[in-house]
Amino acid sequence: MRIACPHCGERSLDEFLYSGDATVKRPDFAGTTAMDDFVTYTFERTNPPGPHRELWYHAAGCHAWLVVTRNVSTHAVASVELARDVALAAKSATKDSAS
Amino acid sequence: MMKGQTGATGRPHMTSTHYSIFSVLREALRGHTGWGPAWRNAEPKPDYDVVIIGGGGHGLSTAYYLAKNYGPLRIAVLEKGWIGGGNVGRNTTIVRSNYLLPGNIPFYELSMKLWEGLEQDLNYNAMVSQRGVLNLYHSDAQRDAFARRGNAMRLHGVDAVLLDQAAVRKMVPFLDFDNGRFPIHGGLLQPRGGTVRHDAVAWGYARGADRLGVDIIQNCEVKGFIRDGGRVTGVETSRGLIGAKKIAMAVAGSSSRVAAMAGLRLPIESHVLQAFVTEGLKPFIDGVVTFGAGHFYISQSDKGGLVFGGDLDGYNSYAQRGNMPVVEDVCEGGMALMPRIGRVRLLRHWGGIMDMSMDGSPIIDKTPVDGLYLNSGWCYGGFKATPASGYCFAHLIARDAPHPVAAAYRLDRFATGHAIDEKGMGPQPNLH
Repeated sequence: MRIACPHCGERSLDEFLYSGDATVKRPDFAGTTAMDDFVTYTFERTNPPGPHRELWYHAAGCHAWLVVTRNVSTHAVASVELARDVALAAKSATKDSAS
Repeated sequence: MMKGQTGATGRPHMTSTHYSIFSVLREALRGHTGWGPAWRNAEPKPDYDVVIIGGGGHGLSTAYYLAKNYGPLRIAVLEKGWIGGGNVGRNTTIVRSNYLLPGNIPFYELSMKLWEGLEQDLNYNAMVSQRGVLNLYHSDAQRDAFARRGNAMRLHGVDAVLLDQAAVRKMVPFLDFDNGRFPIHGGLLQPRGGTVRHDAVAWGYARGADRLGVDIIQNCEVKGFIRDGGRVTGVETSRGLIGAKKIAMAVAGSSSRVAAMAGLRLPIESHVLQAFVTEGLKPFIDGVVTFGAGHFYISQSDKGGLVFGGDLDGYNSYAQRGNMPVVEDVCEGGMALMPRIGRVRLLRHWGGIMDMSMDGSPIIDKTPVDGLYLNSGWCYGGFKATPASGYCFAHLIARDAPHPVAAAYRLDRFATGHAIDEKGMGPQPNLH
């Protein structure tokens, strides 16, 4: 398994740190269901057997946070995006739907 | 109980022989022609009192203790593959009860006591070998931490001996004691720890459960749950519908997938752990030795092969195979500890899928779905827990109340702030 970092190209796995499921979102701490939401966010995972969106940190490289979409049953990497781009796209999508 | 019953094929069930020196001698005299199968390959019946999903070590021991302690019950064990083909045959066979926290020690000590009487109980040679588990320490701080752990163990009646360097040298003289980075200062020894032949554990429990009337149904994959209101009433399988009053899940790395069919989302991630076996060598490692400055553990099997492993790969996986960085890391740990194994050749190497929980401790509890019970989160310590896991899970299923030594293994402990985090890593499954 190798990860193609958008900045550095295809690099060995030992340059990266894994940081788990990228689909969980930190809930609103001021919401009325905040306690339950934080339990779900912190501890519960879908843990699917197929494609999995996950966070990787290029620790021994460019220090970028990446969102990798990988099939966890075959280890085939489908896509690698910069986590920054993913976050910005999500932000502008929320803005569009709000306006 | 089995005598006089007929199987689905109409033939009488083969009742397996009681194993003893006399049966061995009798079979030796007639050329070993009289050994029957150790358990029936049962066909599914339309319904049961209890259906256990997963025919691994934990599922089989659950079936055995349910039938033995709470029977008579109509029990089936559903196994997607074959008996002995999952994690029960993929681990590094180590048993120990050297834990630190009060939620864990009594449970693992019960398991150790069950291991000690297992072969007599099952009438099956599981090659239980209490050859000792030695955890090495490499600094003053680590010695203090090990002294604390040893004291916690002894307060719970578990055996623990803190050894200095001279004592360790006497036990395993060939370690790299004066390693520049990781000098060995001593170790914490649990003399009653050791190894058990894992395949024999699966076979022994399967035979024991079968002799008590449990149906072991292989090649039977669960595809979904049948619900009646809030309650589960059966399972859809690759071999048809099977009704059940109670359904128990013991499916290790597949926990999230099976629970998802019942609409549950668990505090579990599936991770791959690699293990290694070398070519056979003459005996030179008596017990289990673990490296305290990295993550590396090693023992020598009775066939002579060195059995060893280390850390998880660290990313979610269902692939049953890992990657090179961890292979390298494990071998580096081995070389730092005992350089003499450097030229030994690897014979085989594999990966297994671990149900890593959010605090590194297991779950034995009812689920929010009526009639559905969960046994999961064994991380990579499931094998040593096999007897107690089944024992306590059987108690939970039969009595609808947790066994006292497993009472801390609740599913809701994360929400209530009662996590049992031995390593103090927080909710990061790949670090436990």
